[in-house]
Amino acid sequence: MKGLRLVYMGSVLCFLYIPIFILVLFSFNKATFSTDWEGFSLQWYTKLFQNQDLLEVTLNSLWLAISSASLSTVFSAVLAILFFRFRLPAQSFLKGTLYSLLMAPDLVLGISLLILFLAIGLDLGYLSLLIAHITFCIPFCFLTIAARMQSFDPSILEAALDLGASQFQTYTRILFPILKPALLSAWMLAFTLSMDDVIVSFFVSGPSYEVLPLKIYSMVRFGVKPEVNALCSLLLLMTLVLLFLSHRLINSKEVR
Amino acid sequence: MKRLEGKFNSFLYAVCALWLFGFVALPFLAVLAISFLSRGYSDFVEPVFTIQNYLQIFDFVYLKVFLSSTYLALLTSLLCILVAYPFAYFLARSNERAQAIGLALVMIPFWTSSLIRSYALIAILKTNGFLNQLLIKLGLIDSPLSILYTDWAVMIGMVYTLLPFAILPIFSSVQGLSKNLLEASQDLGATAFQSFQRVILPLTSPGVMGAFLLTFFPALGLFFIPDLLGGAKTLVLGAAIRDQFLMNRNWPLGSALSVLLTLGMFLLLAFNSWVKKRVQAPEEEGAF
Repeated sequence: MKGLRLVYMGSVLCFLYIPIFILVLFSFNKATFSTDWEGFSLQWYTKLFQNQDLLEVTLNSLWLAISSASLSTVFSAVLAILFFRFRLPAQSFLKGTLYSLLMAPDLVLGISLLILFLAIGLDLGYLSLLIAHITFCIPFCFLTIAARMQSFDPSILEAALDLGASQFQTYTRILFPILKPALLSAWMLAFTLSMDDVIVSFFVSGPSYEVLPLKIYSMVRFGVKPEVNALCSLLLLMTLVLLFLSHRLINSKEVR
Repeated sequence: MKRLEGKFNSFLYAVCALWLFGFVALPFLAVLAISFLSRGYSDFVEPVFTIQNYLQIFDFVYLKVFLSSTYLALLTSLLCILVAYPFAYFLARSNERAQAIGLALVMIPFWTSSLIRSYALIAILKTNGFLNQLLIKLGLIDSPLSILYTDWAVMIGMVYTLLPFAILPIFSSVQGLSKNLLEASQDLGATAFQSFQRVILPLTSPGVMGAFLLTFFPALGLFFIPDLLGGAKTLVLGAAIRDQFLMNRNWPLGSALSVLLTLGMFLLLAFNSWVKKRVQAPEEEGAF
């Protein structure tokens, strides 16, 4: 019985991992079109780094992910803190909006933002992507940070205010330092979400600012390309490193 | 709790509230409004009230998309749950170290780009791909099967992409299950099958429902999977909505389809929380 369990779990994991493993393996393959292994080579990686166009798009995506992750983390932290400390005007409306944002399909968020941007005459490019990415990251960051807020004693803030701290200082001197691990893991979460997003970006990006997932999408619609294998392997590696780091952070949070 | 105080806090609140209103509530309401307006010829939309868009969904073409997409999504969810349940169950019942490793191995695909993962499947499924080579070497088939660019490939792609989303909620609900209940049912003479059917399955049903919600709705929307693996032959609701906005320029119809998709989702969520309240299930973590 125990053996049967292991076989079953092993085969599910194989199902999940073999395609990824083969993708990474064949990014090092010498051959261009063949699915046979013809020897180790780094040629696709060299080719990748010589592709000026692709490098530019990669930098676009990285910059978009860094900026939207940073802004949505700050935004969500502020929102979580306000919710935690005060009874807010229109509180249930805000909660409802956050909940809808979390639950609504990406596709619907994408088209509704597209309609808004066209209506207000905002050109589709970096700014439209930034607004969209910040927005879809907010509920995930909010949940991560709000969970951490639960274990926070609000009387510390009262003490700080009584001792003469300004409201601004309560953020910079108390709240942000205490929330640091949660802020970091929210940031990494948002970074990954932004780097990987296809559906929302599909609607709100324009030719002036191309992003990597859409570039990959248009490249692979007609089959397998070895340099895309190399690119995807690098992206997988990046996700893995970020996951590992955020895991370490969460664990260190428990030890405190 | 206190009322909002301090100029700085009020300023922060105003920024947050305006952002959520302007970039979430307003656009969502705009989609809802547009779904009741007529299609314009110079502009995208004409401000004339109509329910024509909702009636048009019952046209044969859209009804077919709707039904085939729902069928594909249901089948995907069902397969995901069938594969995920035993896995999650065994994992939750193994020792702590195995749990940590197994969970990490499920989390990695959960966080990697679903586009990259669907792309990785192409090399497996194509005519001279690994699956066919394996099957021929094992002597199960003589000539390669054509799987890529068929409905089967779309199905495999959906299950492959969404499987981690089914494993995680079931895992957390099995983990919350008290061992005493199992022992009690066995002490009282239940067979292994009976205690599964009468005790384990009902108590882990919130996890199964969570798995359903997390796989069914994405499966309606993930338009890039049929694009990559199905040669775009199978229409997914998400692809139909996309085409209404970007190709046919029929915003009202696209909006009506989006409203329907969102509405369906919220109805199921409401139903889910209603059921949960009734059975007073143990709280599950991490499944939203």
